[in-house]
Amino acid sequence: MQVQVNGEAMELPSGATVTTLIDQMALAGKRLAVEVNEDIVPRSQHPGFALNEGDRVEVVHAIGGG
Amino acid sequence: MSETSEIQLPVDKPLEIAGRVYQSRLLVGTGKYRDMMETGHAIEASGAEIVTVAVRRTNLGQNPDEPNLLDVISPETYTILPNTAGCYTAKDAVRTCRLARELLDGHDLVKLEVLGEEKTLYPNMTETLAAAEELIKDGFKIMVYCSDDPLLAKRLEEMGCVAIMPLGAPIGSGLGIQNRYNIRLIVENANVPVLVDAGVGTASDATIAMELGCDGVLMNTAIAQAKDPIRMANAMRLGIEAGRESYLAGRMPKKLYASASSPIDGTFF
Repeated sequence: MQVQVNGEAMELPSGATVTTLIDQMALAGKRLAVEVNEDIVPRSQHPGFALNEGDRVEVVHAIGGG
Repeated sequence: MSETSEIQLPVDKPLEIAGRVYQSRLLVGTGKYRDMMETGHAIEASGAEIVTVAVRRTNLGQNPDEPNLLDVISPETYTILPNTAGCYTAKDAVRTCRLARELLDGHDLVKLEVLGEEKTLYPNMTETLAAAEELIKDGFKIMVYCSDDPLLAKRLEEMGCVAIMPLGAPIGSGLGIQNRYNIRLIVENANVPVLVDAGVGTASDATIAMELGCDGVLMNTAIAQAKDPIRMANAMRLGIEAGRESYLAGRMPKKLYASASSPIDGTFF
């Protein structure tokens, strides 16, 4: 299935969860926050949160800024 | 033989924001530095305890070995103040704050800034007020970047913002405090901390903000874009301290003409 991650199309196996996505992005263990279709997915729910075709996912972190 | 005794200077009360106490009145950003090491060193030299960060997408092709900002600026050492920089609508600002809270394990102190246009980065106050209302309802503690309008500043305080942060001049301009009279009016009317956010270019600008009675100053570019950012961070720390002490001491009245410091009596000519 295809989802939009940070504005770009990404192919994921069906049944993929937020944790699957984070692993695929090689971001496991990093401090980040995830939003699916503009709703926050709390860290504790990442393993069980199934993604669906066409979901819009944002994966964000902290960077330098004023 | 006389003993030298050190003068005991009166102690200032610390800055308190949302129930937490800070010794430093200088708040710094983490943008525009050459690298992460320079960021860390400059922040250490500034003595700041509150440090702003931005929230952005992780790059899809990011190098996984690249250090994370929050590894250098640890939330255990610093109070991390996520900002909503780059947001032009209340909706985007609210989303950004919710992501930041998730990112920082429920930490709910945020810097709200909703911008109006790219040229001046002036705050869009209509959207700022709307975002503040929604975020306060959602339990956030808001330090709000705003225009230097005393009435709007008061309104933001009455809504429940924990700190009011009027601009001294446009973000990144380094022009210094452009409307001292307004900043002073905002300070006089406020019952929450007032911090100048944006516009400081050099240490004397920070001093002026503090002499006007501000509770603190938030800056980024003035340190990061100095030729020697670490040295400028130290200059800003001293400038803030000097300005605060000067404000507490109460300056002499300004006079139009001279007034001799040495007595006239006892001259022998």
